Amino acid sequence: MKMKSLIIAGVSALALGGLSLPATAQTFKFAFQADAGSLDPHALFETFTIGLLANIYEPLVAYDRDMVKVPRLATDWEIVSPTVWRFNLRQDVKFQNGNDFTAEDVLFSWERMGSEGSDLKSVAATIKNITIIDDYTIEIETPVPNPIFLNDLTGMFIMDKEWSVANNTTEASSPADAGRDGSFATSNTNGTGPFMLESRQPDVKTVLVRYDDHWNTDIATNVQTVEFTPIGQAATRVAALLSGQIDMVYPVPVQDWDRLNNSDGVNALAGPEARTIFLGMDQSRDELLYSSVKGANPFKDPRVRHAFSFAIDVNAIKETIMRGAATPAGLMWAPQIQGFNAEANTPHPFDPDKARSLLADAGYADGFTVTMDCPNDRYVNDEKICQAVAGMLAKVGVTIDLLAQPKSLYFAKVLAQSGYDTSFYLLGWTPGTMDVQNVFSFLLACRNEEGTVGGFNLGGYCNARVDELGEIIASETDVDIRQAAIDEAAQILKADAGYIPLFQQPLSWGVRDGVSVAQRADNVLDLRNVVMP
Amino acid sequence: MLFFIGRRLYQAVLVMLTVALIAFAMFQYVGDPVANLAGQETTLADRELLKERLGLNDPVLIQFGRFIANAVQGDFGISYRMRVPVRDLIAERFPATLELSIMSAFLALLVGIPMGVYTALNRDSWLSRSFMTLSLIGISLPTFLIGIFLILFFGVMLQWLPTFGRGEVVDLGWWSTGMLTSSGWRSMIMPAITLAIFQMTLIVRLIRAEMLEVLRTDYIKFARARGLSERSISFSHALKNTLVPVITIIGLQIGSLIAFAIITESVFQWPGMGLLFIQAIGEVDIPIMSAYLLLIGFVFVVINLIVDILYYTIDPRLRVEK
Repeated sequence: MKMKSLIIAGVSALALGGLSLPATAQTFKFAFQADAGSLDPHALFETFTIGLLANIYEPLVAYDRDMVKVPRLATDWEIVSPTVWRFNLRQDVKFQNGNDFTAEDVLFSWERMGSEGSDLKSVAATIKNITIIDDYTIEIETPVPNPIFLNDLTGMFIMDKEWSVANNTTEASSPADAGRDGSFATSNTNGTGPFMLESRQPDVKTVLVRYDDHWNTDIATNVQTVEFTPIGQAATRVAALLSGQIDMVYPVPVQDWDRLNNSDGVNALAGPEARTIFLGMDQSRDELLYSSVKGANPFKDPRVRHAFSFAIDVNAIKETIMRGAATPAGLMWAPQIQGFNAEANTPHPFDPDKARSLLADAGYADGFTVTMDCPNDRYVNDEKICQAVAGMLAKVGVTIDLLAQPKSLYFAKVLAQSGYDTSFYLLGWTPGTMDVQNVFSFLLACRNEEGTVGGFNLGGYCNARVDELGEIIASETDVDIRQAAIDEAAQILKADAGYIPLFQQPLSWGVRDGVSVAQRADNVLDLRNVVMP
Repeated sequence: MLFFIGRRLYQAVLVMLTVALIAFAMFQYVGDPVANLAGQETTLADRELLKERLGLNDPVLIQFGRFIANAVQGDFGISYRMRVPVRDLIAERFPATLELSIMSAFLALLVGIPMGVYTALNRDSWLSRSFMTLSLIGISLPTFLIGIFLILFFGVMLQWLPTFGRGEVVDLGWWSTGMLTSSGWRSMIMPAITLAIFQMTLIVRLIRAEMLEVLRTDYIKFARARGLSERSISFSHALKNTLVPVITIIGLQIGSLIAFAIITESVFQWPGMGLLFIQAIGEVDIPIMSAYLLLIGFVFVVINLIVDILYYTIDPRLRVEK
């Protein structure tokens, strides 16, 4: 008897919890898989962190919902000489604490970006000097003519000098310095953007509220309060959306799309991301570190690299693993990237017979064994893609030992600090500047000793002509000449089969019906474009 | 007695040092923290500089020594990723874990004890049999799966309960509690059940076995012969004697409730220490990992110490022998 009443009590306790809260209009709740690394706009150059902070801080020039560069804290600009740009700054802008935005703040922010703890030193280095002409006019000098200077500027958030000085946070906070100088900006903000920080508990919840005195009165959003919750488990994230507690979550596993679309009130929102997934091969060592072939490196032979390309059926991976939502690629950069040429983007054909005969020509008729490094928590279905690649290569006689690991182990192994300890790997790349030059300097340029160029060229691809073209692309301001150089390099890269581009992975968001968001190709959620019903 | 506690404390320090050392040795294999601390455009030289400044280039023993020296002063370093002192983070997250663990413990006891008693007293009833079957399922199903099932059923299909987080919390000085708001209580239900199920089934089976044992003893037969009511025999005599070993086991289980909350917390995005730890592993946040392991070691050591002391007070024979 006692037992029964206990059970009944338990059930009614559950039932009591059944009253759902009324959704407050104009409070937008969203979840992402991780939290922003820091609130210091110069501390971590990582997509989500920068993307979240872009609602609080603003740069001189920014991307709009279609990745078009638009004036933000600058109103207009002109190129005075190949290396000098003159910017007119917006005059009616106030920081969220009421301070005026002036040229001094731009100069200060650039200096702060170059400080020791900054993760944006590479961006700061695109500027040689800033001269203040008057309070709302500046001249920026670049070290070399820079065709993508405006793209670089989109990463440079402007902070308030007075506020930073008053709070002793004039240098970017590095993880090594936390708790010392500069750490104030890690958990406090004062930007010019349309949202202000209300409260934050790292990894738990961050609340933003609308900044009413924002200079731009006609941004699309009607959101007054934003609640951001990081939810690590994909299943929990999707459940939070399905149960109506959250208005928008990302990323959503592609295998959950059907479930979302078949549920009332929510939809999957998919689109092409600017991230290209590709395979790379160690072409620099004389003998592969992880292979059955001794005394030689099969990947030094372009026929072997082409054979690998022929052996991989990108469309099959797209249809089965990516649920049709991937854009097969022929280039190492996506359609959204400045410098993309659709004609050059034809994917490598799938032809296993050709692959076998090329391998035989190269002297590997019986195939060989090579270890493949693969992350298993970094890209959409990364491990499954690697398994599929291994299966396809097995059909042409190449045996793949798959080593799939979490990203912290994977990157620790394959990156420069471990001496590029890999023979064959899968990697994804989105150029931070949204321009092709970034791909050249990080993936295509011959590596140098200091690791300043070709830092993610893990296989050590090196072609002198591509390097030359890379120089042109970095400094040529004439669009046609620059594009010709890009196209020539693309052709060489294809002929070399220096990399095997697979596809652009899909963006995968889940959104409640009636909520309108702009899905940007760089996977950034800009709250300016969020409209609630 | 004092000598006994002193010796135990000394052993506790050794245990915790060992835990820390093993943990530190393992950190060498969890990956490179700098890979997560730097953006993709960060140059190799800057990465190296950061590594140097974090002291990651020093030998493991030196890093370990530094950690211990600071930990003794109550300084557990600064989280690499969140850039906040670890001590503050743990203090912030501890209430969430403790409230969840205590609720689960209550739930497990409140449901487990009556169920255990019932199954012992009515061994052959169909209800007992179904309890036993249920407890078998509870013991064998992974926590993760139970959590997901609950979310799917009560959160997504019925939409009765929140599927993640703690709901509204109220700050009472340094303690943040979810037990003063209705959304806090509602958020607590599913995680608490998930965490409690394993303990609950354990208690059911333990009580049942102990109780059956006790019911066979002479003094129960004698009580029956005296004509005492069945109710008084079961609860005043049998249950009381059953509880002695059960309490020891339960005490130890509270430690594992705190430690095993990791899985439940990550399924429900419960902002406790377990979630903090699991995220720290993903990001190779060594200061958090080491502090957490040390703290869990400490919790177990303290609980063991209390249990040992309880033994002394409960069981007179131990004292006599000394």
